[in-house]
Amino acid sequence: MAVLVVAEHDNKVAKPATLNAVAAATEISKAGAGDIHILVAGKDCRPAAEAAAKIPGVAKVLIADDAAYEHGLAENVAPLLVGLAPHYSHLLAPATTAGKNLMPRVAALLDVMQISDISGVVSQDTFVRPIYAGNALATVQSKDGIKVITVRGTAFPPVEGEGGSAPIEAVSGPGAAGLSEFVKAELSKSERPELTSARVIISGGRGMQSGDNFHLLEAVADKLGAAVGASRAAVDAGFVPNDYQVGQTGKIVAPELYIAVGISGAIQHLAGMKDSKVIVAINKDEEAPIFQIADYGLVGDLFKILPELDAELAKRQQ
Amino acid sequence: MKALVAVKRVVDYNVKVRVKADHTGVETANVKMSMNPFDEIAIEEGLRLREAGTVEEVIAVSAGIQQCQETIRTALAMGADRGVLVLTDVELQPLAVAKLLKAVIDKEKPEIVIIGKQAIDDDCNQTGQMLAALLGWPQATFASKVSIGQGEHPGDAEVTREVDGGLETIKFKLPIVVTTDLRLNEPRYASLPNIMKAKKKPIDTVTPEQLGVDVTPRLVTLKVEEPVKRQGGVKVGSVEELVSKLKTEARVI
Repeated sequence: MAVLVVAEHDNKVAKPATLNAVAAATEISKAGAGDIHILVAGKDCRPAAEAAAKIPGVAKVLIADDAAYEHGLAENVAPLLVGLAPHYSHLLAPATTAGKNLMPRVAALLDVMQISDISGVVSQDTFVRPIYAGNALATVQSKDGIKVITVRGTAFPPVEGEGGSAPIEAVSGPGAAGLSEFVKAELSKSERPELTSARVIISGGRGMQSGDNFHLLEAVADKLGAAVGASRAAVDAGFVPNDYQVGQTGKIVAPELYIAVGISGAIQHLAGMKDSKVIVAINKDEEAPIFQIADYGLVGDLFKILPELDAELAKRQQ
Repeated sequence: MKALVAVKRVVDYNVKVRVKADHTGVETANVKMSMNPFDEIAIEEGLRLREAGTVEEVIAVSAGIQQCQETIRTALAMGADRGVLVLTDVELQPLAVAKLLKAVIDKEKPEIVIIGKQAIDDDCNQTGQMLAALLGWPQATFASKVSIGQGEHPGDAEVTREVDGGLETIKFKLPIVVTTDLRLNEPRYASLPNIMKAKKKPIDTVTPEQLGVDVTPRLVTLKVEEPVKRQGGVKVGSVEELVSKLKTEARVI
């Protein structure tokens, strides 16, 4: 039986998280499951389906083009997946807010457990997933017929996005369930890379003292081509919007370089970034727990250090 | 209208958990237990709906071992009106909890159910969505703002959700399941008089058998291990040294 991956997309392009989920699907397929199919459910979403069809190793792309699927409302999309489920052994989605919203609803309608946020594939029915903010790794075996899974993107390096040419097949579902209606989205606009796919991230915490001070981080971010993130404390204090939050219940990131500025290092924050390749901590408190996991620590006043860092990077870029 | 809030007893968020030597789970003996922080937010939201006159009663429900009663007492001390404990020694997974809650909801008939988006022990983030599916209700997940019956239609709820790209507002038909995100509210502390009052509030106890729900786990935990520990590195003395090390030693910039 085949493996179905629910694409993360904006109707125009397949988002990077889709490539991580396909990477997990590839491992499941190699463990003995069948072909990999991708579902693109949206409105006027053919461009996204065409992008998904270019992912090498994908056997087929299913497109469900219906106004009911435009905003990915779980009440509408879940029945579509339930209708497709009998053809599949595994249903996968990225563990993004969209995937986390949708997949448990699908699982319950199929009367199966969902397996959240897998970070490893052991076999067709056995997976590794972090629990307790990543302080333990559980290996779990599913006894259900269909495995409904969300995938932790940072644990599966993305597959290539170009080179394939899978056929695109139209499918349809029941459409609108009449339970929910999209009103509006207030999405952060930024020229910087997305947090979950950025190569470099610089994050600020409570030590930043105000939202205005984040411009100090942004200046450094722009020198490094980095995304800007934050700890929960900085988001709760209203310095920056919620979509900046890195941590156990925010975004999970694993960039090449993570620079934590004015972040003490609560376990909930570490849960979101400790798989980064290189971690730098800048903090005035030399006892801050963040230094215990940082590759490079710099103790001092961030309001002095950040402008210096900005100047030093500018000097080296000349 | 009634609100039903589900609360889970978990290892306190300040505890650094340790994996058991036999790799069957994490150490929970003699460890401080608390209400899941997202469920505190759920209770607070229920109380605010009652204070605003939107609901008349807030019912706190928990499922698990006898000690879960303490978690319900905490909810009652915060201000919930009464409690329901679904008592079982079986390890409960989200699908089973959703089925138990559905059975309680079929009896209590609330129009709004509020649950934390995620429990900080298993980090599943499933129960609310599963419950909504089983009830055939809409799901307002990861809520940062809930307004009920404020628009033209008293039967509607407008909920702002925290999503990866920012915020999203969706209109839902009641009845509804809401799951809470961090910015929805700041939960109150229980005052001493309220803690005393909570001791007299009623808690009903039922079992999964009485509710007719099969709670057999669908996932088997084969082992639980510690992740590879990250080693601390070095302290650098200056910005110049830091940049130079990132360039030549770590080669990441």
